[in-house]
Amino acid sequence: MSRFAGTDLACIRGERLVFQGLGFALDAGQALVLGGANGSGKSSLLRLLAGLARPAGGTLSWDGASIADDPDAHRARLLYVGHADPLKPALTVAENLAFWAALRAGRRLADSAVVAALDAFAIGRLAGVPGRYLSAGQRRRVNLARLAVSPVALWLLDEPTTALDAAAGESLRALIAAHRARGGMVVASTHSELGLDGARQLNLDAPAAAGGIKENHVSVPA
Amino acid sequence: MNRFAAILGRDLRLAVRQGVDSLMVVAFFVLAVVLFPFGVGPEPGVLARIAPGVIWVAALLAAMLSLERLFQADHEDGSLELMALEPVALESVVLAKVAAHWLTTGLPLIVAAPLLAILLNLPVEGFAVLLLALLLGTPTLSLIGAVGAALILGARRGGVLLSLLVLPLFIPVLIFGAAAVEASLGGFPARPHLLILAALLLAALPLCTWAAAGALRQGLE
Repeated sequence: MSRFAGTDLACIRGERLVFQGLGFALDAGQALVLGGANGSGKSSLLRLLAGLARPAGGTLSWDGASIADDPDAHRARLLYVGHADPLKPALTVAENLAFWAALRAGRRLADSAVVAALDAFAIGRLAGVPGRYLSAGQRRRVNLARLAVSPVALWLLDEPTTALDAAAGESLRALIAAHRARGGMVVASTHSELGLDGARQLNLDAPAAAGGIKENHVSVPA
Repeated sequence: MNRFAAILGRDLRLAVRQGVDSLMVVAFFVLAVVLFPFGVGPEPGVLARIAPGVIWVAALLAAMLSLERLFQADHEDGSLELMALEPVALESVVLAKVAAHWLTTGLPLIVAAPLLAILLNLPVEGFAVLLLALLLGTPTLSLIGAVGAALILGARRGGVLLSLLVLPLFIPVLIFGAAAVEASLGGFPARPHLLILAALLLAALPLCTWAAAGALRQGLE
């Protein structure tokens, strides 16, 4: 049983303390939904969890071992979907997805696997279309199709339902449910209802979660 | 290694699809050199005298042109973040991008160089050394340029900043690149100059890769 936990996390952006004293613990198969107003630090927290930024305080651990000790092992077990959909306009949808999969797995993916992943979001017919012709929702679907090709333990999703229609939202829910059934973990930020069964909530507005200090201007202790 | 190949392959494929970008760099190189006969007059002796320097300066400027987008495009659409999240050293990402940059800009410049050498009336004995010097020097330009390109991530007016950062660092390559050709024309051995160019390349390979990866990490935080 793996366990992903954070204790006493603090984040400083610019000179502003975004949150501090934040803690959570996730076991295999669990989901954590991050809530809070714009600027409350949901994206910043997800970037900390992905290892893209270092926490100003506190520690993150996987099975009790600090992830700062072995960042490569942490990167190998997570998949992060941020705000941007990194599609290259000149490459077709299938080429984009195949590149991400090759980057992730370190090997070429079979074409059938690429199409299967696209079909998870009902965009298999777009496989040969260059990225530049896609709508915002379609781009999002292609980006989320990464989840279907990479079997990793931890998914970090930053407002995954942005620009998605109801059907694609349903596909995402099904994908997350299957991932959790396999023992995977999910941390997702959202403004709308994701509808994940038995998901834990972490509200970054709540003083209890954030240590009671918000919007304070502090000097940065580097 | 496979991730290296994946990034290199993608960048090359992108360059082929957007072939105009590489072509524009070569066109700039040719145009910049063609301006000189108009500026200094068409006297063959004068042109032959300045040919090595002119070709090298134009090559430096042309290589500069495409550097701004080296990491910027991937930074804007989130690809760079994705690559940084792979369980692989960022250095290998930098190397793959630099290799792709050289193949799509450095190599076409080398192919175009003999044409310009004829245009400037460079004596034929200098051709082989010119090409050899460009072959050793242009990868160094891509490597040094990568450090600058990584430092300007997210900066406004990045292109101007990039040239201020990088052009002074190109000077050693320019000196020995042009000197190699002049030596061979003057009947001296070009070997020492070429060896120094090779040494610059060997030094830039680890140093610039490491520095560019560090700058990228900083830029992504």
